[in-house]
Amino acid sequence: MSRDTALVTADWVEEHLSDAGVVLVEVDEDTTAYDKGHIAGAIKLDWKNDLQDPVRRDFVNKAQFEALLSERGVSNDDTVVLYGGNNNWFAAYAYWYFKLYGHTDVKLLDGGRKKWELDSRELVEEIPTRATTSYTASEQDTSIRAFRDEVVEAIGVQNLIDVRSPDEFAGRLLAPAHLPQEQAQRGGHIPTAGNVPWSKAANDDGTFRSNEELEALYAEAGLDRSKDTIAYCRIGERSSHTWFVLAELLEVSNVKNYDGSWTEYGSLIGVPVALGDEPGEA
Amino acid sequence: MCGATRGGPSLDGVDLEKETVIQGIVTKEGEPVGNAYVRLLDATGEFTAEVPTSATGQFRFFAAPGDWTLRTLAPRAATVDRVVSAQRGSAVDVEVALAAV
Repeated sequence: MSRDTALVTADWVEEHLSDAGVVLVEVDEDTTAYDKGHIAGAIKLDWKNDLQDPVRRDFVNKAQFEALLSERGVSNDDTVVLYGGNNNWFAAYAYWYFKLYGHTDVKLLDGGRKKWELDSRELVEEIPTRATTSYTASEQDTSIRAFRDEVVEAIGVQNLIDVRSPDEFAGRLLAPAHLPQEQAQRGGHIPTAGNVPWSKAANDDGTFRSNEELEALYAEAGLDRSKDTIAYCRIGERSSHTWFVLAELLEVSNVKNYDGSWTEYGSLIGVPVALGDEPGEA
Repeated sequence: MCGATRGGPSLDGVDLEKETVIQGIVTKEGEPVGNAYVRLLDATGEFTAEVPTSATGQFRFFAAPGDWTLRTLAPRAATVDRVVSAQRGSAVDVEVALAAV
């Protein structure tokens, strides 16, 4: 993957939204956004109800993912173009998710819903009907998903990137102010993690910064390309945004997203936690 | 909206002793703008939060005491920055008037 294949512009989407084999998918935190207007032909995925298991804290499994995409009318050979609100946080989460289950052709609309709205491009209320398919997912590609034990082992060894805001990193806040739920037991960050807030990778209009700017951003943060990398945030959606930047736009190898993130790590017994603005010692 | 108070959303139910509220309304040519995005930047200019305005053009942040910048983006309007000083106890309530471009 590279910037050319992973990212498409709003102009590209307008040109191709009616193409057979192109499926637009809106993924939002505020799942009512789609109902108030969406890009013509786009279907909706609910990041929580559709993509997460209703009982266990985990993703839907392979069979559930296959059933979901079959029912929504997505085929294995479709080009899936994802977009959403919150500067594409949840669209990036879904992108990572499609990659996790082996979908070949996935793209993100640069700037997401915000850029589309700021450009005054057309939104419609009509909900498309798509014939059901028989979707086959691959086994989860765990080369892009980090679990808690490997995160603990990565302290002082791998690049750990905490993409939350500086106040969450330091332990002064447990969550963004508008999301008081799902709090961890303790505040702080994983020792030796660098803090590169996701927002530094995006422009005001939600589009990604240029590769040159992004290279400089992570170089300044001390990202060592000779090491493997794990990104995390609070619940794994903002870190999907950074995972996309590193793995897909900058083509850094061996980048994983830790979807358990701080809500898991900050509740574990016995693991080290660092407080304050500095990465801390291993 | 006949009789609506000019400014941010109603503060009913918000504990101003505990919360530091920055809120307001985005307008263009006197009319509320329901499809604007308001970004909250901290005193160093760093992004802190962003909300879309409501159908009535209103927005609200729960922040901390100090100086903040509200950066407002909307279709067919120039981006506007407004510096505000927030404190606990009384909400900052601003009208962000956009100029058409």
